[in-house]
Amino acid sequence: MRTVRARETRIPPDQAQAGWRKRHVLDLDDFTREEIALVLSTAQAMKGILRRAVKKAPTLRGKTVITLFYEPSTRTRASFETAGKILSADVINLSAGGSSIEKGESLLDTALTLQAMAADALVIRHPHSGAPYFVARHMTSTSVINAGDGTHAHPTQALLDLFTVQEHLGTLEGRRVLIVGDIAHSRVARSDLWGLTRVGAQVVLCGPPTLMPWDLLKGREGTPGHPFASVEVELDLDRAVEGADVVIVLRLQKERQEAGLLPSLREYARLWQVNEARLARERPSALLMHPGPMNEGVEISPGVAHSAQSAIEQQVTNGVAVRMALLYLLCAPREAV
Amino acid sequence: MATGTSLLITSGRILDPSQGLELAGDLFIQAGQVAWTAPAGQRAPEGQYATLDARGLVVSPGFIDLHCHLREPGYEDKETIATGTLAAARGGFTTVCAMPNTEPPLDTAASVEYLLRKAQQEGHVRVLPVGCITRGRKGKQLVEMAELAAAGVVGFSDDGDPVADAYIMRMALTYGVPFGLPVINHCQDPALSRIGAMHEGWTASRLGLKGIPAEAEEVMAARDIELAALTGGWLHLAHISTAGALELVRRARERGLRVTAEVTPHHLVLTDEWVMGLRGEGGSFGFAQERPFDPLTLAAYDTNAKVNPPLRTRRDTSALLQGLKEGVIDAIATDHAPHTAVDKTCTFDEAAFGISGLETAFGLLMALVHRGDLSLATLIERLTVGPARLLGARGQLLGSLQAGAQGDVAVLDPDAEWVVDPQGFASKGKNTPLAGARLKGKVMATVVGGRVVYQDKLAKAPG
Repeated sequence: MRTVRARETRIPPDQAQAGWRKRHVLDLDDFTREEIALVLSTAQAMKGILRRAVKKAPTLRGKTVITLFYEPSTRTRASFETAGKILSADVINLSAGGSSIEKGESLLDTALTLQAMAADALVIRHPHSGAPYFVARHMTSTSVINAGDGTHAHPTQALLDLFTVQEHLGTLEGRRVLIVGDIAHSRVARSDLWGLTRVGAQVVLCGPPTLMPWDLLKGREGTPGHPFASVEVELDLDRAVEGADVVIVLRLQKERQEAGLLPSLREYARLWQVNEARLARERPSALLMHPGPMNEGVEISPGVAHSAQSAIEQQVTNGVAVRMALLYLLCAPREAV
Repeated sequence: MATGTSLLITSGRILDPSQGLELAGDLFIQAGQVAWTAPAGQRAPEGQYATLDARGLVVSPGFIDLHCHLREPGYEDKETIATGTLAAARGGFTTVCAMPNTEPPLDTAASVEYLLRKAQQEGHVRVLPVGCITRGRKGKQLVEMAELAAAGVVGFSDDGDPVADAYIMRMALTYGVPFGLPVINHCQDPALSRIGAMHEGWTASRLGLKGIPAEAEEVMAARDIELAALTGGWLHLAHISTAGALELVRRARERGLRVTAEVTPHHLVLTDEWVMGLRGEGGSFGFAQERPFDPLTLAAYDTNAKVNPPLRTRRDTSALLQGLKEGVIDAIATDHAPHTAVDKTCTFDEAAFGISGLETAFGLLMALVHRGDLSLATLIERLTVGPARLLGARGQLLGSLQAGAQGDVAVLDPDAEWVVDPQGFASKGKNTPLAGARLKGKVMATVVGGRVVYQDKLAKAPG
């Protein structure tokens, strides 16, 4: 019987990890252009592994990755689990239900317990903004990866978005990227803002005025050093789509209507749904993206979601590659694999 | 509280704004009351007395805190009357007004009497009770104000919560008129501040935290001021925190309305950037140029900076300081709000609101004096005479070093530098954003009724 041995990943460790100084990945606000480029090039190499018949590399053998999700998630958690397992890490998934979290064990106690079990990486998703910072503050040996905290940040999603745009358009610099939807409550949009402005993309935000983070954008024209100085806000979607190279559509939570922020989903769809009519009129070749899960018929029409210009499925694949890259950069041993 | 203690405080720089007195000399307290002040060494007291050497130090009337949470009865793991009043003593406070959001709340004579008896037995400083406005602080039915007034409350407040119903507030102000006691409101519109965790603004948006807009305080302050005008009642605004609220108070005073206000030390100095973990360089507390666009560090989401009303912006702190100097704000009150470590060692959304402030109040406020924005005399005035005037008859013998006043003194070193170590607090509440901060200005000794209730270990022992 022939044994098929996985070909080893040849990312020269010195080259890859030399540029990497982070112990945690909490948001993109502290990533330099070089660090973003490093993640994306590492992800590119990881994507090579995903294309193989035997998707396995021994890079993280003997490393423990624990996902700790206090919010439901299909794609992000499965993505991290897949990423870890392809790299031969031991992956353990914990969720709020069915664990001692239900018994009231605090987030900190849980994290310290997992660190004591020699977890190398802790992937946390939590409904409260700042929860990963709180945990990271108390970690001495475990790296924390933010898989989404409240309405604050979702750095791995933003990195895979950047990767996807770069893959399709070659470069991000100068590209016009439109983000449509509930920007104020979207941790994806917020991390995208940091990442896209950092790499020199032109960002346009569009959505209902009650769902626009005005405070975050305040002073951007007048204040020197404002990170979002170049960001445009255009509430009219027909105008916002003009000249867009990329359209990122955000999921609209139905709860926003209940909270009084929107009169109805019907009116939202009339004014801000990304559909064939709008895209055909303005920019038929724009790359279409969505972090998922989609509310087809609300923020995005089914036709557009499954059209040729949709990169939504590639985003999912790229998500695995990006997460492999991050786990590698954070956890892989420094000596040659 | 011991009565009849005599104490001679020597060679201090006596600073008594109530009389406009500034004198290098001695202060003699006889049998618990101020007997005289005199230039150093010029007058000898009679009888038995202890001495306290105040050489190089400022001798001020003991501070009065109008707004303080002692947590007892009901929340003794956060604080007790014993630990809270010891913390007060360490902060130079010789009188504290205990807020009634205890369990049970102070809404009956029985609970007020419990507090007073406990304070008598275990308190290190004077404790004056504040009664609730409504039964159970539920905002529906007025308490028996006459009964509580007779039991000794110095005001009424549902603090912790606002009086949300304007009709109830109107009735409270009207009914309270004969008692000559203030109705103290924590102004915060519930609908506008619903799930807010910090000041609504750039920092909250940056951190992804829900905000409490300044308008949540201002709409209710405006409402209450109109009700004060309508009813002729005495409205006192607790812990105002916005430039807009200050403006409302200023205009109310110009209209001749009976509206008074207090401000906390943290609302005069700290800003919402402290939640991001930005503190300014070397003790400058954000006076130096902040860098709000820098990436967040692990110091972000500091739950010790979570307080209600929240820390706001520099525009607000400047306006409040100006109002304090002009006398639009009558008094500084700490809103000392101790919590257990469990209540603060969690995510920002989960954390309790409150800063343990008694022991850092003077040191924090001195940053304003050292910056040249406030004189020491005005600071002391707003901590002594200002509050005393709002206490009516109870305040007549407090906040002053005139002959016959209570022998309550704070001995201060305006230049002593020290590092805030919450684990060394007398308060059970270690929750302060100032942990590790270097302050310049320290309370060296505190005297209540002639008895030294606190003395810094570096100060000389009374001989």
